[in-house]
Amino acid sequence: MNAETPKVTFGFWLYLMSDCVLFAGLFATFAVLRGATFGAAGVGDFLDIPFVLTETMLLLTSSLTIGLSLLFARANNRLLTLAFLAATLALGFSFLGMEVSEFGKLIYENNGPNASAALSSFFTLVGTHGLHVLFGTVWMLVVMAHVAVRGLNESTNRKLTCLALFWHFLDLIWIFIFTIVYLFAAL
Amino acid sequence: MFGLLTFQSFIHGPIETIPELMVVGGGVFAVLLITYFKAWGKLYREWIVTVDAKKIGIMYLVLAFIMLFRGGADAAMMRAQQAISMGPGTGYLAADHYAQIFTAHGVIMIFFVAMPMMFGLLNLVVPLQIGARDVAFPFLNSVSFWLTAAAAMLINFSLVAGEFAATGWLAYPPLSELQYSPGVGVDYWIWALQIAGAGTLMAGINFITTILKMRAPGMKLMQMPIFVWTALGSMLLVVFAFPILTVTLGELSLDRLLGMHFFTTDLGGNVMMYVNLIWAWGHPEVYILILPAFGLFSELVPVFSQKRLFGYTSMVIATMCIVFFSFVVWVHHFFTMGAGADVNAFFGIMTMVIAIPTGVKVFNWLFTMFRGRIIFSTPMLWFMGFISTFIIGGMTGVLMAVPGADFELHNSEFLVAHFHNMVIGGVLFGFFAGISYWFPKFAGFRLDEAWGKRAFWAWVIGFLTAFMPLYALGIMGMTRRLDTIDPSMGWHPLLVVAALGACIIGLGVLFQVIQLIVSIRNRERLAAGGDPWNGRTLEWATHSPPPPYNFAHIPQVAGRDAFWIMKKEGTSFQKGSYEDIHMPTDTPLGFVIAVVAGAFGFAMIWHIWWLAGISLPIIIAIIIARSLSTHIEHVIPSSEVARIEASYKQS
Repeated sequence: MNAETPKVTFGFWLYLMSDCVLFAGLFATFAVLRGATFGAAGVGDFLDIPFVLTETMLLLTSSLTIGLSLLFARANNRLLTLAFLAATLALGFSFLGMEVSEFGKLIYENNGPNASAALSSFFTLVGTHGLHVLFGTVWMLVVMAHVAVRGLNESTNRKLTCLALFWHFLDLIWIFIFTIVYLFAAL
Repeated sequence: MFGLLTFQSFIHGPIETIPELMVVGGGVFAVLLITYFKAWGKLYREWIVTVDAKKIGIMYLVLAFIMLFRGGADAAMMRAQQAISMGPGTGYLAADHYAQIFTAHGVIMIFFVAMPMMFGLLNLVVPLQIGARDVAFPFLNSVSFWLTAAAAMLINFSLVAGEFAATGWLAYPPLSELQYSPGVGVDYWIWALQIAGAGTLMAGINFITTILKMRAPGMKLMQMPIFVWTALGSMLLVVFAFPILTVTLGELSLDRLLGMHFFTTDLGGNVMMYVNLIWAWGHPEVYILILPAFGLFSELVPVFSQKRLFGYTSMVIATMCIVFFSFVVWVHHFFTMGAGADVNAFFGIMTMVIAIPTGVKVFNWLFTMFRGRIIFSTPMLWFMGFISTFIIGGMTGVLMAVPGADFELHNSEFLVAHFHNMVIGGVLFGFFAGISYWFPKFAGFRLDEAWGKRAFWAWVIGFLTAFMPLYALGIMGMTRRLDTIDPSMGWHPLLVVAALGACIIGLGVLFQVIQLIVSIRNRERLAAGGDPWNGRTLEWATHSPPPPYNFAHIPQVAGRDAFWIMKKEGTSFQKGSYEDIHMPTDTPLGFVIAVVAGAFGFAMIWHIWWLAGISLPIIIAIIIARSLSTHIEHVIPSSEVARIEASYKQS
């Protein structure tokens, strides 16, 4: 193992921790503002549990597929590594599609982010997570190109490890969003 | 095509036109000067593309000093205004312009003077002190610096096009919302800070990784120099505090750009949430700046007292206590919010508690000096100036930590005096001490002592003359940020004294400039050699200035004060055969990313959507291209190392 890998992995963990603080800020904002609906819809009014549960299952499954991809990379199986990355990508895009349709519907019904403070915080928290997922899919395409062209070596394995960490991290954030934003609204 | 930017944006009133012309003229002058000396190639090859932490450190310091002149000019204008403005309309500055000046002064001094000075010292010293050849991520380091520089340019450009925020340095809403600040000033503030903040966060990650993963063999955590410990503490604060700033600024810009309602006065926005969020970042920020100053005092006090540091372990524990407590005191910035007696009592007590580890440090330094053979060099003078003024600032801080007293002193000149006491007497004197202490290491020659001492005395006397009257004015009821003063209040004499103090500080700055020129002229006589101060830590174990690879042989660390042990055992400077050294390769991409990021910020400020739309994808494309590049390292062959090492012996 060359000297680069432990540094990069450690540095990436630090980045994830800082991102965790970023989301903590957004969660705190949401917690403060969630009741400030001012006549617009609250999360409880448009809550569709099966819909959000489907989103959740898509992301959870994508965590499984990227984990499998990493296992096949360790086993030096390039084809299955790429196949499971592609599956992860498909699941990620499906999730993003559902999120965009949810946002679009809300905006169409005049419950957009500028309708109330509660909706501002809702859109920003959920949307920031969505932007992270979008960024993750772009990154995944780059890593797939790396693996396809250069094969599985220390460098591509390192990139894959960081990507997987990032993807699991987004999953974890989503679990909190699912619980705090959506399930709490059903209480 | 150019969004909100029109020809009118460049037209200002007569007084605002002077700094506008100065920025434009300064830029043109710099370009002409570089062209005249045919230095473009050298500037590009040696500085713009560099990933060497030592050179990046020097660039951080240059940036800090350029911005210090800008922030200092703002300060002088404010002092002059308050000294002559007796009644409405009697000053030479309009109220709105005055508000922009005090905003710019605070923002520049914290983000573009104190922060770059700190990162300059960290880049110069941390890799050397842990016996490493560079930081963990050299390319990221270059990106961090250039982002900070791009943000500083953005702030200066607000003098040319448009205006700056007139909101105070933390831009509290609802004043900073679109409704009350419809111009681009607040947007300049937001995007300059977002860009600089991104650079700072990356630098934080970089230095934590460097310190925890790249120490020389044998150096255990409890053998690290205290400066490295405080750098670690400070960078931990960066990583955990700066994302909060990112969120806060992001929410404010969503309010302004997309009409959201985080902090507006209508549709449920919550103004006090902004104040809480910004101080949850803002208070740790103060400790981000002061911790490295504490650390470097812990380095130079033992050297100039010719004793080892008193209480190393308690110093480490105190540092980490400060890191923790700095996150649980933020409400003391706004006790008047009305959070209730219980909340205020908690934060008041925590604020007093944080004085305890700080006191531990003060006593450790004093006991280090006790029965030492003290050398009264310039760095040591700065230390003693620091400890005298900092204790005054500490005591007034603990006074204001009492919520009842704070209700009286909140937003008064007393507060202004207190935090300048901490930031000038603490942070700035600290960094001046550090710069004069480590200057021989990165320049190869010492700074002139006589002019250094003159500068010191001018600064200390000027500081006390300028800020002690403000304590009195605060108690007399004068609030901060007044552009005009009612003569019947009786504040005038003290304001004149304060303006006089600012002049004496200006003299100190002048002496520092003279000191630098005199030192460069006498550099032969002031030549430093590797170890000019009889140092104790590893940065003195290599040449001055260090070769690109820092150490020809990575040192083996046997304990605390590693270089001191080597000198005692006679193992310092032992040379064997040389080996090939792998070093990161220079790249212009860090600079390019920062230029595009600056363009992105400018586009967001002026609503130039096409530019914003293309600049972000360009940054992503550059990062992808960089990830594909395999030529990120090169080898310095052993013969070249031998040649470089021999060249130091000759000189």
